[in-house]
Amino acid sequence: MDFELSDDHELLRRTVREFAEAEVAPVAAELDRTKAFPYEIVAKLGRLGLMGIPFPEQDGGGGGDTLAYALAVEQLARVDSSVAITLCAHTSLGTQPIHLFGNEQQRREWMPRLCSGEILGAFGLTEPEAGSDAANTKTRARADGDAWVVDGAKQFITNAGTDISGVVTITALTGEGEISNLLVANGTPGYAQGEPYRKMGWNASDTRPLTFDGCRVPAANLLGPRGDGLRQFLHVLAIGRIGVAAMGLGLAQGAFDEALAYAKQRRAFGREIASFQAIQIKLADMATEIEAARLLVYRAALLKDGGRDFALAAAQAKLKTGRLAVRCAEEAVQVHGGYGYIEEYPVCRMYRDAKILTIGEGTDEIQQIVIARALSA
Amino acid sequence: MKICVLVKEVPDAAVEKRINPSTGRMDRGGERNLNPYDTHAIEAAMQVKEGGAVDVEEIIAVTMGPSTAVRALHKAVSLGADRSVHLSDDALAGSDVVATGYALAKVLERESPDLVLLGQQSDDGECYTIGAVVADYLRMPSLTQVIKMDVTPGSLRCERQAEYGYDTVEIELPAVISVGDAINEPRYPSLKAIMGAKKKPLDAVGIGDVGLEADRVGEAGSKVVCGDFKAPPQKAAGEIIEDEDTNETVEKIIAWLDERKLLA
Ligand SMILES: Cc1cc2nc3c(=O)[nH]c(=O)nc-3n(C[C@H](O)[C@H](O)[C@H](O)COP(=O)(O)OP(=O)(O)OC[C@H]3O[C@@H](n4cnc5c(N)ncnc54)[C@H](O)[C@@H]3O)c2cc1C
Ligand SMILES: Cc1cc2nc3c(=O)[nH]c(=O)nc-3n(C[C@H](O)[C@H](O)[C@H](O)COP(=O)(O)OP(=O)(O)OC[C@H]3O[C@@H](n4cnc5c(N)ncnc54)[C@H](O)[C@@H]3O)c2cc1C
Repeated sequence: MDFELSDDHELLRRTVREFAEAEVAPVAAELDRTKAFPYEIVAKLGRLGLMGIPFPEQDGGGGGDTLAYALAVEQLARVDSSVAITLCAHTSLGTQPIHLFGNEQQRREWMPRLCSGEILGAFGLTEPEAGSDAANTKTRARADGDAWVVDGAKQFITNAGTDISGVVTITALTGEGEISNLLVANGTPGYAQGEPYRKMGWNASDTRPLTFDGCRVPAANLLGPRGDGLRQFLHVLAIGRIGVAAMGLGLAQGAFDEALAYAKQRRAFGREIASFQAIQIKLADMATEIEAARLLVYRAALLKDGGRDFALAAAQAKLKTGRLAVRCAEEAVQVHGGYGYIEEYPVCRMYRDAKILTIGEGTDEIQQIVIARALSA
Repeated sequence: MKICVLVKEVPDAAVEKRINPSTGRMDRGGERNLNPYDTHAIEAAMQVKEGGAVDVEEIIAVTMGPSTAVRALHKAVSLGADRSVHLSDDALAGSDVVATGYALAKVLERESPDLVLLGQQSDDGECYTIGAVVADYLRMPSLTQVIKMDVTPGSLRCERQAEYGYDTVEIELPAVISVGDAINEPRYPSLKAIMGAKKKPLDAVGIGDVGLEADRVGEAGSKVVCGDFKAPPQKAAGEIIEDEDTNETVEKIIAWLDERKLLA
């Protein structure tokens, strides 16, 4: 057993870390404050080949593995979650279904532009009445000649409404109890993106409701076999958990790094606050939990890359890191005292950004169900 | 034209630097990285190559360092160098500036480059001298702290940052040029470049391979003797002037500056 990253992985980790510190950190607070989508950063990530890390080179992807992808997400989330989720949702949810289930023609049409970051991909699963119970989809697609006519609504969809959003994969009922996935291009008449939500965090990422009103989608946009939608999205979500877990890991690490630096510099009662045992205990606990979580995340990625069953490990990593991110962000604010409650300090944003990680892409309660099932409980 | 770039693996900027009192050497534990100034040197080489004024056949990254230094070379080739040379040998441990310069010059002699680029300073040793030492061994002209470079066949026009402004100097090739960080904005390696880095040739050499005399390198070959080490003296705490009445505050500041003869 060897816990060293390979030279390639280490260099990628370092590169994304440097990129995040130099290109993202200086603008993160302002993007958050103005709720501005990070177009320039996405373009730069695209040029570096980071918008399609785990997809094959012949499709325009980076040819990297899941571990490489997790490392990149972790390093971005360490500095800013909005940027990280933009890349993460685009890769895990937007591009992955087309990579996994798209036919030759669909892959040729979408993969190169998605992987280069020229366009963003989105995944429309959640509906007003179908969240955790995602199979309870109410959106309908009716066959009409050489098209599907889609009617319905989606809720909380990431990356669907930016200027560069290109395509969303949606679940829809194509018959009684028959769920299928359809690709809907932005600009298709009848497909509209609502106003962005006013969120607690992830302010610079794009999240909107979507509506489909007599939206005609070419029959050729059916993803994989008809009726395969449920199996497809469960598979996509299972892989996606590794990406969101890396988000939680990165955020926890970022909050810890801020807390440690602040504790060494802030003085009270004539001493660095880092010299108080109460602060040291917080830092020691955070660092230890983060190391443990890191092993879970990397292990899930390595299992997937090794072609082994990763579902349990990925759900465990997602459950662990979401909670850890929330806790580390809170402790980091605590270490900052009143300054942690002020937006000038990154931990303030991290605190707001963390909470979604116990909810999005499957709540903690759903992860527990997945884990218990895998344990045959 | 053939360009060699000297690169060094150093402790990451975030790592607190410490001298190990028992060995007198820098404690090099913790994260390491390619010396940031050297990324500017590689970028400078890339810009010469991409600029098209001269034909650059090859950019070669050269380092002397322990086995971990391979990672610095790996990064150097991901940033654009075509191949790399790693000089590593137990006999080199503890080399001082002169010994390091001699060893690097021997590797460079083998390559006979038209241009040697390097960072003006390393993030750890910070001697600022390797460029000059290497140039002396190679009998090449040398410029330091260069922040602008125009290459023409056979010569080089450089602007160097001097204490009171900028010197513009023309220099004949081959030459050794150390660059400052104002010279360019280094690129990030793309994922493709990172994954391709391992495929570029890496030549691992020991002292025998480049004709180094063992008694001129390493601790034995170094004239520098590290004696005693002391932490720099603690800075006295500053004086804080509370701004209660601004007119009074201004007077206090002026009086403070005047006392130290800091006002003209
Ligand atoms: C910012 C943001 C971005 C998002 N991006 C996307 C996206 O890109 N694509 C997409 O499809 N969705 C997206 N979502 C939706 C997200 O995945 C859902 O909000 C999430 O899965 C929970 O669904 P819900 O909100 O309907 O909650 P509900 O399912 O209504 O859950 C409410 C509560 O009940 C609990 N609960 C539900 N069922 C059970 C059960 N069986 N046992 C125990 N407890 C249960 C839940 O854990 C939760 O605590 C996003 C959400 C947000 C906020
Ligand atoms: C007290 C003390 C302790 C030291 N302990 C150690 C130690 O434990 N380990 C150690 O490695 N060094 C140690 N050194 C430094 C060692 O002597 C230097 O590596 C060497 O002398 C070069 O000096 P520099 O890095 O300061 O060069 P500078 O002149 O500051 O470097 C300028 C440029 O030269 C190039 N360069 C420098 N060194 C190399 C190299 N090895 N390979 C390729 N290019 C290079 C780089 O491009 C760099 O940007 C120590 C120095 C002192 C004073």
